[in-house]
Amino acid sequence: MRLGRVELWTGRLFLIALMAFTILPFVSIFTTALHPSHTMPNGLEWPKEPQWGNFIEAFKVANMTKLLVSSTFIVLAVVPISLVISTMAGFAIGLLKIPGSRFLLLLFVFGLTLPLGGIIVPIYHLERALGIYNTRLAIVLPLIGLYMPFAVFWMRAHFVNMPSEISEAALVDGATTWDLFWNIHLPLARAPITSLGTLLSVWTWNQFLLALVLVEDPSQRTMAGALGAFQGHYATDIPLLCAGTILVLLPTLIIFVIFQRHIIEALIQGAVKG
Amino acid sequence: MTLGNDNILTATAVSRRGLLGGRLRRASIIGWLFTLPALGMYAAFVLIPLLLSIYYSFFKWDGIGPMTWVGLRNYVTVFKVPDLLGTIYNAFRLVLWFSLIPVGLGLVVASVIHRVAPGRFGALVRTVVFLPQVIPLVAAGIIWGWLLALPGLVNQILRSIGLGAITRAWLGDFDWALPAVGMIGVWVLLGFCTVLLLTGISKIDPALYEAARIDGASWFQEFIHVTVPLLKQEIGVCLTVTVINALAAFDIVYVATGGGPGNSTAVPGIQIYILAFTEQRIGLASALAVMLMLLVFIVILPIQRLTRETA
Repeated sequence: MRLGRVELWTGRLFLIALMAFTILPFVSIFTTALHPSHTMPNGLEWPKEPQWGNFIEAFKVANMTKLLVSSTFIVLAVVPISLVISTMAGFAIGLLKIPGSRFLLLLFVFGLTLPLGGIIVPIYHLERALGIYNTRLAIVLPLIGLYMPFAVFWMRAHFVNMPSEISEAALVDGATTWDLFWNIHLPLARAPITSLGTLLSVWTWNQFLLALVLVEDPSQRTMAGALGAFQGHYATDIPLLCAGTILVLLPTLIIFVIFQRHIIEALIQGAVKG
Repeated sequence: MTLGNDNILTATAVSRRGLLGGRLRRASIIGWLFTLPALGMYAAFVLIPLLLSIYYSFFKWDGIGPMTWVGLRNYVTVFKVPDLLGTIYNAFRLVLWFSLIPVGLGLVVASVIHRVAPGRFGALVRTVVFLPQVIPLVAAGIIWGWLLALPGLVNQILRSIGLGAITRAWLGDFDWALPAVGMIGVWVLLGFCTVLLLTGISKIDPALYEAARIDGASWFQEFIHVTVPLLKQEIGVCLTVTVINALAAFDIVYVATGGGPGNSTAVPGIQIYILAFTEQRIGLASALAVMLMLLVFIVILPIQRLTRETA
C-alpha cells in the first residue's frame, strides 16, 4: 500500500524539523564556543576568526586532566562493583528463585520510584558520621546503592528468561551454585551486562546532585558535578562556558554513538520490563 | 519394547527431579547469600536514608546541635507557607512539560516515523532525537540557559520571523521561566519517549496496519484506532518514567534558574536543597522530602493500575 505524495513529504518535513530542534542547540553552543572569550555573540553566528584555543583554555581552567582522572576513578569503582553484585542478586532472584524472591523483587522495584532529592539529606549526615564525606567514596558508595533497583531488576529479567535445562544439566553433573553462576551463566549474560555497564557508566559520569552535595572540591567530583562548579565561575564568559560544556558532554555522545544499541536497549527494555 | 523404553525414561525424569529438588533447596540458602551484597548496599544508601528522612521530619534540627521533637509541625509548616506548598504546585506544572508533552508528541513522532520513514531515514531520526537523553542534564541546562538568553538562538529566530516584539530573557521572566524550563525537559525526554513507543509499535501485528491502509485509513485514523489503543502499556511506562522525572526534577532547574526568578521555578528538589544545605533546617527539608516521595507514589500508582490491567 503506497502513501500519497503529499502525506509522505509532510511527514518527512515534520521529521526534519524535529531533528533540527534536537540538533540546533548543539550547533549553537559549538559556534558560540569559537568566539573570542568574554564576547557576547549571536545564538547562531560563525565567528570571523574561529578561536579553537578556547577548548584548550577551558581544558586548562577547568583543571580537566584532574577531573578526567577523578571521573574515571569514580566510574571504575562504581560500575564493576555494581555489575557484579547486581548480577549475583539477579541470578538468585530470577534463576534460583530463592524463597522470598518475589518480596525481594518488589523491594528493589520500590526503589525505582524514589527521587534522590527525597533521601539526599540523610545520605549527607550518614556520610559525615561514617567519615567519608568530601572524599570520592562519598559519591561511589551511595551510587552503587542507588543503582541497585534498576540493575537488579534488569539482570533478573535476563535470568528469569533462561531455560532451566541449562542449570539442571549442570547440577546433575555435580556443579555447585557458584560454578553454575560463574562458569555457566555469567558468560551467557555478557550481552545484558554490557548494556547495563554502558548505561551505568554514562549515568555515573552525568551524576550531579550527589557530587554537588557530598564533595566540596570540584576536582574530586564527577564530570557533571564539576561542570556545575565551572558554570558558577564562568557564567559571564559565554564562549568559554560553551567550550567547557562541549568538553564534558562530548564523551557521552561518543559513547552513545559507539554503544547505541546497548544504551537504547538497556534504557528502553529496562523501562518496559519495569 | 517401545512402551518399556518410555517407562524407563519417565522413571529417570522423576528421580532427576527429586535429586534436583534437594540440590536446589540447598542452592536457595546459598542463593540468599548471593543477594546480600546488593541488598546491603541498597539498604545502607537508600532504605536507611529513607527511614531517616521520615525520622528527621518530626524534629527541629540544624544538623549540628540537639534535635527537638516537634511532631507534625514541620508538615503543617509546609502546608501553611505559600513558598513551600508552591514548590509542589510547580512540580505539577512541570508534569505537563516533562511528561504529557513528550509522551503526546512522542506518540505522534513514533507513528509518523512508522508510517512515512520505516527505513534508514527513520533510524537516523531515532538516533538523533535520542541524543539529548545521554548528555548530562547539567549540560542541557547550560545549553538552554544560553539559547534562551537575550542574545540567544531562540530570540534570534523569533526576530528573524518578525516576532521581535516578544523576545525576552525567557528564564528571567516571572511568567515564562517555568515554561522555558519545561522546554528543556521536552528536548531531553522526547527522544526517550519516541524510541520507547517506536519499539512498541514494531511489536504491533503489521497485518493490522495493512488492513487499515487497505481500507484507506488516514494517518490520523490509523493513529487513533490502531497505534494509541495498542500502545497502552508503553504509554503507561513512558508516563511513569517521565512523571518521576518531572516531580523529582533538580539538575536542569538548579542550573537554568536556581528556582528563580523569585520562586517561580522552585520545585521540591531545589527547595529541599536550599532548606537543608543553606538554611540548615533539616527537619523542614525532610518533611518536604517525605511529601515529595509520597507524591511520586500517589501519582504513579493510578497510572500503573490503568495501563497494566488489560496488558
